[in-house]
Amino acid sequence: MQIDLRTVSIKPIRQTFTHIADRIGPDKAASRYQEATLNVQADANFHYRPTWDPDHEIFDASRSKIVMADWYAFKDPRQFYYATYTTTRARMQETTEADFEFVERRGLAETYAADAKRTALDVLVPLRHVAWGANMNNSSICAYGYGTALTAPCIFQAMDQLGIAQYLTRLGLLFGDVASLDEGKRAWLDEPAWQQLRRYVEDTFVLADPIELFVAQNLVLDGLLYPLIYDKFDNLLAAEAGPTVSMLLRFQADWFAETSRWVDATIKTAAGESTANAALLNGWATAWRDRAVTALAPLADLALGADAPAALTEVVSAFETRAAKCGLAL
Amino acid sequence: MTDIANAPKAATTKKPGLKERYALMTRGLDWETTYQPMEEVFPYATYEGIKIHDWDKWEDPFRLTMDAYWKYQAEKERKLYAIMDAFAQNNGHLGLTDARYLNSLKLFLTGVSPLEYMAHRGFAHVGRQLPGVGARVACQMQSLDELRHAQTQIHSMSNYNKLYDGFHSWRHMHDRVWYLSVPKSFFDDAITAGPFEYMIAIGFSFEYVLTNLLFVPFISGAAYNGDMGAMAFGFSAQSDESRHMTLGLEAIKFMLEQDPDNLPIVQHWIDKWFWRGYRVLTLVAMMLDYMLPKKVMSWKEAWEIYAEENGGALFQDLARYGIRPPLGWQQACDDKEHLSAQAWSTFYQYQGAAPFHTWMPSAEEMDWQSEKYPDSFDEYYRPRFEHWAEQEAAGNRFYNGTLPMLCQVCQIPMLFTEPGDPTRICYRESEHKGETYHTCSDGCKNIFDYEPEKYVQAWLPVQQIYQGNCFGPDADPTAADFNPLLEVIKWYRMNVGVDNSPYEGSRDQQNFQAWKQQTTSNAPAGGSPAGA
Amino acid sequence: MSTVFIAFQTNETSRGIVEAITDDNPTAVVNEQPAMVKVDVPDSMTIYRSTIEEKLGRRFDLQEMQVHLITLSGHVDESDDEFTLSWKQ
Repeated sequence: MQIDLRTVSIKPIRQTFTHIADRIGPDKAASRYQEATLNVQADANFHYRPTWDPDHEIFDASRSKIVMADWYAFKDPRQFYYATYTTTRARMQETTEADFEFVERRGLAETYAADAKRTALDVLVPLRHVAWGANMNNSSICAYGYGTALTAPCIFQAMDQLGIAQYLTRLGLLFGDVASLDEGKRAWLDEPAWQQLRRYVEDTFVLADPIELFVAQNLVLDGLLYPLIYDKFDNLLAAEAGPTVSMLLRFQADWFAETSRWVDATIKTAAGESTANAALLNGWATAWRDRAVTALAPLADLALGADAPAALTEVVSAFETRAAKCGLAL
Repeated sequence: MTDIANAPKAATTKKPGLKERYALMTRGLDWETTYQPMEEVFPYATYEGIKIHDWDKWEDPFRLTMDAYWKYQAEKERKLYAIMDAFAQNNGHLGLTDARYLNSLKLFLTGVSPLEYMAHRGFAHVGRQLPGVGARVACQMQSLDELRHAQTQIHSMSNYNKLYDGFHSWRHMHDRVWYLSVPKSFFDDAITAGPFEYMIAIGFSFEYVLTNLLFVPFISGAAYNGDMGAMAFGFSAQSDESRHMTLGLEAIKFMLEQDPDNLPIVQHWIDKWFWRGYRVLTLVAMMLDYMLPKKVMSWKEAWEIYAEENGGALFQDLARYGIRPPLGWQQACDDKEHLSAQAWSTFYQYQGAAPFHTWMPSAEEMDWQSEKYPDSFDEYYRPRFEHWAEQEAAGNRFYNGTLPMLCQVCQIPMLFTEPGDPTRICYRESEHKGETYHTCSDGCKNIFDYEPEKYVQAWLPVQQIYQGNCFGPDADPTAADFNPLLEVIKWYRMNVGVDNSPYEGSRDQQNFQAWKQQTTSNAPAGGSPAGA
Repeated sequence: MSTVFIAFQTNETSRGIVEAITDDNPTAVVNEQPAMVKVDVPDSMTIYRSTIEEKLGRRFDLQEMQVHLITLSGHVDESDDEFTLSWKQ
């Protein structure tokens, strides 16, 4: 017997789960982003206090000084849930893979100008460790932040930063070799040019407030570092030695443009909630901005030479404009 | 700077192999911090007493770099969502063997999916706190995977929620409903433990010893009952579990190899978490034996393959470190004869307080039980089930109207029987600071006695009801007609008389039959569902 | 003696992988279940990339197994060319 299921038209009993309907109304179908995100974190009747943090519940909004009436006010403009996240990154990695393969196959690293190659290795290889720091910090915000809308994108961000550390490693291996990675780590640990930045990163490791950590890492440090390196430095290298390195940094440039939309939306929502929040965020952003500018100055010199002061000023001013759009006044 | 960067490399550099490549992509990213002391950066690394001397000895189990991860996981997601969409578009639910099947999914969404989410957050925490880079990366990747599992399960079951009852308030229910505190307290227990204990609890005991029992036979059963959606998310999730299991196994080996002092601590955690996980699996036993209309294998058979055979091989392997099989192992193996029947009896009696439908097995299904459980079913359970079936047929279905006493540790009602005597309910008790606490078994009592200050904190649903903490704001306990149980059910957000009714006569049953009829008859389509 | 196992979702790629396993591990026992196929081998099994490539007629990265894998047991040792599951003796 042939059954043609298309002839069956069934009226749903309900459109979505009650905790979603409570927010969007009962008559609307919810998006997959909404069902994957809204109220997914437990928020009541926890059984035990963490042995590692007995002053707080397992999930506890009071870990941050930021106060939100509703932690699901945060929205990721990219509407990432796991599937949209991985498929987006898979497309990006396919391009990046093709770029690496092209550079390898054509032997473009071997023919790349020696001076530019050395500068590229000196600047980019130690950044593996900065990305690794960003990975740890976002893992931390994911663990100790409140509400899936805020925390889920942080594990995406953490893994992205691991991916970036790995792309920088591949670049180091392609333009240098295993010893280049060791040399990069030595510079990160010992060279004066990197110490302010390393101190900044290590100081963020001990921040207890997840939103302050978000500001210090995702808004401020990335917000200054990425334009400086993946825009200014990239342009300089391209002008001096052609676009080979640019091809291998495209992931980071595209990634920064994409993730900034989420970072901005997050800050804007938190700042827009109350003047108290805005004041806290302003204080954090200003203090970490000042530290970041100091920490990045020697790196700017290393990367951009004579162009460094002008470039850094431009980057900082663009950052302040961006912060203003998020409701901050630095 | 050396001149390495400019040295010719073409012929001399051989492409590094997988292991070397992965090591370069992870190890060496971290460093010993100096501006902040390591003990501030990793503050939870030592308080459990686990001694680690050299994190470099950590062996990475699966070596996935992020680019490979994105590539393969995206491929899995595309396949999974394609199946999910096709299943929904073609009214795949009407190809199910029977709408009774859906009740196992209700239990899954309300009981298991929230745990996937907890695993996500727990591994983010441990993936931040373990001082070794290899372990940290593996944990973070698992955190991301677990978010996947929670979200794909929600999406897959969202389709059923639109058409069937009992799925709608999974989040609210998980944090409140009496039996859902069993899985909830299990994960709350793990995440509030230290990072090393968490690795044994979830990475080892749960992932390695126990999840196969949930994801392999049950999901195979979902496929057997026509549920392509659950089959797709289940098998797809379990493929990530293969990575997780190897992580758990590596974690235990690593701890044992690092220092002999770790052995007694790890052994205690294995004892504890085996038993804690086994108790949660009570729900799975009942799903396999009673809730799948077409049965793939019995709980007993699944236990023999995945616990006795596979777990046995594992513990034999770990014996070289001085690890013995967990306390309670033998009792769990003996109880396989009784577990599912005792659990199903309980849910049948407490139908009024559970948002999924229950029923008595048909005559044919009872014969299946007799065949699978020749040493127990006919003697202990058939007479009771036949009696209840008769009573239900006569319009006199049995409901238990009193609240059960819960075990202080696993939070399951006192339904388990004494080892070796399936006719006598097992009770244990402990004293702590002048109070008496009740547990369901030696396993749970041992856990309580080892860490009483933790388990006295438990949010026990029955006690909470008696304390008046489980009523809505509009409930009035002083009213003459106040019905406390009804108020609790409402507070659970159950649709009274719909979600918690017996299967026979339920809206699910009626709609499923009506819709199915539409597929084979010329009756007008588009009729609104019963009782909508 | 302990058994190691690996299970895959039933599909075309898995068919080739399972064929490769049974060719290279003569003591393998194949067990078909609804929508999945499980292969048991006493003590240890090794899966070779080259055999899978032969069966599938295309290049195959062993990490691609993850897409089709359901579960496994035993210690994992993975390289570009081989994937081994074993219980240490």
